[in-house]
Amino acid sequence: MSSRSQVYLLAVIFFALGIGLTLYKNQSLGFPLLPGQSEEVWTVESKVTFEATGDPITVSMILPQTGSNMTVLAESFSAPNYGFRVKEENGQRRAIWTQRSAQGPQTIYYKLDVVKNDEPSSLAPPSQQKPSSLTLTAAQESRAKDFLSKIKASSADNLSFSIEMVNQLKTSKESNNRSVNSEFKKKSVSELSLILLEMEGIPSRLVRGVSLEDGRRKQKAVDLIEIYNEGQWIIINPKNGLEGTPDDVFVWQRGGVSLLDLEGGVKSKVRFSTIENDQPAKTVALDKSNIEQSAFIDFSIYSLPTESQSAFKRILLVPIGALVVVLLRIIVGLKTSGTFMPILIALAFIDTTPLTGLAIFLSIVSVGLWIRGYLSRMNLLLVARISAVVIIVIGLMGFMSVISYKLGMTQALTVTFFPMIILAWTIERMSIIWEEDGPKEVMMQGGGSLFVALLAYFAMTNPVIEHITFNFPEMLLVILSITLVIGQYNGYRLTELYRFRDLAKGQKG
Amino acid sequence: MLFVKPSLLKERGIIGMNRRNVDYIARYNDRKLYPIVDNKLITKEYAKKHNIAVPELINSIQYQFEIKQLEKILTGIDKFVVKPAQGAGGKGILVITDRKGDIFYKPSGKEVTFDDIKRHISNILSGLHSLGGKTDVAMFEKLVDFDPVFEPYSYEGVPDVRMIVFQGYPIMAMLRCSTHESDGKANLHQGAVGVGIDIKTGRSLFAVQDGRMIEKHPDTGSAFSELQVPHWEEILPLSAACYEMTGMGYLGCDIVIDKNLGALILEVNARPGLAIQIANDEGLLKRLKMVEEHAPKSTSPEERVKYSLEHFATD
Repeated sequence: MSSRSQVYLLAVIFFALGIGLTLYKNQSLGFPLLPGQSEEVWTVESKVTFEATGDPITVSMILPQTGSNMTVLAESFSAPNYGFRVKEENGQRRAIWTQRSAQGPQTIYYKLDVVKNDEPSSLAPPSQQKPSSLTLTAAQESRAKDFLSKIKASSADNLSFSIEMVNQLKTSKESNNRSVNSEFKKKSVSELSLILLEMEGIPSRLVRGVSLEDGRRKQKAVDLIEIYNEGQWIIINPKNGLEGTPDDVFVWQRGGVSLLDLEGGVKSKVRFSTIENDQPAKTVALDKSNIEQSAFIDFSIYSLPTESQSAFKRILLVPIGALVVVLLRIIVGLKTSGTFMPILIALAFIDTTPLTGLAIFLSIVSVGLWIRGYLSRMNLLLVARISAVVIIVIGLMGFMSVISYKLGMTQALTVTFFPMIILAWTIERMSIIWEEDGPKEVMMQGGGSLFVALLAYFAMTNPVIEHITFNFPEMLLVILSITLVIGQYNGYRLTELYRFRDLAKGQKG
Repeated sequence: MLFVKPSLLKERGIIGMNRRNVDYIARYNDRKLYPIVDNKLITKEYAKKHNIAVPELINSIQYQFEIKQLEKILTGIDKFVVKPAQGAGGKGILVITDRKGDIFYKPSGKEVTFDDIKRHISNILSGLHSLGGKTDVAMFEKLVDFDPVFEPYSYEGVPDVRMIVFQGYPIMAMLRCSTHESDGKANLHQGAVGVGIDIKTGRSLFAVQDGRMIEKHPDTGSAFSELQVPHWEEILPLSAACYEMTGMGYLGCDIVIDKNLGALILEVNARPGLAIQIANDEGLLKRLKMVEEHAPKSTSPEERVKYSLEHFATD
């Protein structure tokens, strides 16, 4: 394989890998591609209250299960004086609080932060139909059968049957007319639906959820029913007969297990309050991947201490600057003094802001050039001369800081962000160019360097680019692939289209 | 129009910097051969081995303490050139054409003292003019006594012939004449005049200064159309032999013509510039392709010159 095709192959691999990883992080882990995106995080607080009777107390509450429509980012339990543990039972998590004896009203809090997850969670199919536990009176049974056959006539399959049934039950309950409801007094629409569905032989179960409404307090759990149809579970809202998980419900629990079991107390109640708050999408994504223990995130820059992370934030911008230099030198053909000096200047501009930075840079370099002009007449050895320039540059920086501070211009204090060795070398190189090629060349190269530095600065401080380089370091691979491809570019530079302009027609002819 | 369509340049076979770097220098010039051309002392050594004529080396200074002996080194020498062995782009070259006692004179007539020369040498040694600032050696060369034919075409400097040699075939040539604007230097981007030379005859084709066509030398007023490079039949095999000497596939050699010694190789360049295309009003690509695709490989310099005479004549 020729070296050229190797480069292209590598470039394609890097490019695809970089884009792929970025998309994976964006799509699957939810890292936002743009800065400033936020996600709705719901804080749900469940409050369990009861009257203790003095006997040993055991409170057991079911906790949200996996397969819910929300991901739990954080949870906290608070019940002073109670022993606490979490128990797994048949795949269900239950929180257990215990105490030897207590009297009077008791309160236990369980608080959790949840965020919507969009992945459709595949749920286990229903277990073998258990033997019916229904105990119906003859009157109830005949009324129910009557009702069911009517519904059956006006439906096509299990799903339409269930929806139709829920709607009928709802309207007849509201209008209070003598229908099937009258035989099943004290049964809610969802309870009744489950009985009827079981009679009909359609696998179904109760789903308990919490209604998400900002600032809502003291609300009861919401009951939904879920039927199994053609290989998947479908939730039906008994309130309005709509299918699908309602957007504003946090599915807490599936199946008819009790929400709360209490021993040693009476008048138990579970009430929920919900608050919505917006959190940066990145924080949410990070929390989520912590919970899901994504190895990809575990071995990323996020696992470093915050201090090193912010150092990396700066370092990861350097490739962007390098890309700007590569583009401007190879494609445009600008001359700069020192290949990567513009990047270092651009990095300094980030701290100083470009205008102050330019002013500082120009004044130090011009004063430095003037002093360097004198040094060149003193017959110094090169290393000593450059060291002298470094010392002079430091002196100038100190002088500038003090004077400008006294004058009340605090911006000039940022002078310390300029890498002084770079300044010294710039002065040295410029003064040689001045001596050998004249001031015009100094202007050309100096101007070119500053222009590239400014462009690199604007690229590096672009909020979107900053966000992407830090949060998707995989994009380094993409930049690398672009650099590789540009490294093979053998076309004309933009400046050559000017340089060779007269050759196009041929001057002789 | 300020910019020209790339397709037009392509049609004329003009190559740009990127193409030169990627397709020719990187491909044909082995990195490990660079020292041969980048260090002029080594170039001289190799040239001697291959019987290639070069300006005579008078002396060289490698250490700062040797500078003290400058007076001794220069006893009885009135004309010489001091240059850094690893200088790039003609930097750091000091030409002395006359001497009166302890006062030396540059071609412009400017006086230079012993101290000035010592400082210049000290700068050279500490690497001021060399690539990457490496410490360097200062070399003293005999001043070329340039052929009077060039007198009308040069101002305060020695004109030299730049020849592009590709895989040993001389493919394009130009004469570089210094001007007042270029301060006696022969670099085109500093304002020197580039004169395209016909490979077959050694006669001038075309002259440019600062990218523009000119008829006469701006300082001396001589018409370039009269120009004929002397010893042309000598120059071609000399430049072709630089291929064997350096092993580099794409090079530019700089040749000066001494009144008494004839053609001498001044230096060899591994990264020759592209301005030669402007001076010849022709792109390099066609000739490069010709050599790449059709020219016979592994032949002697003489045979290659014959091939070049046949194929690269401009008419």
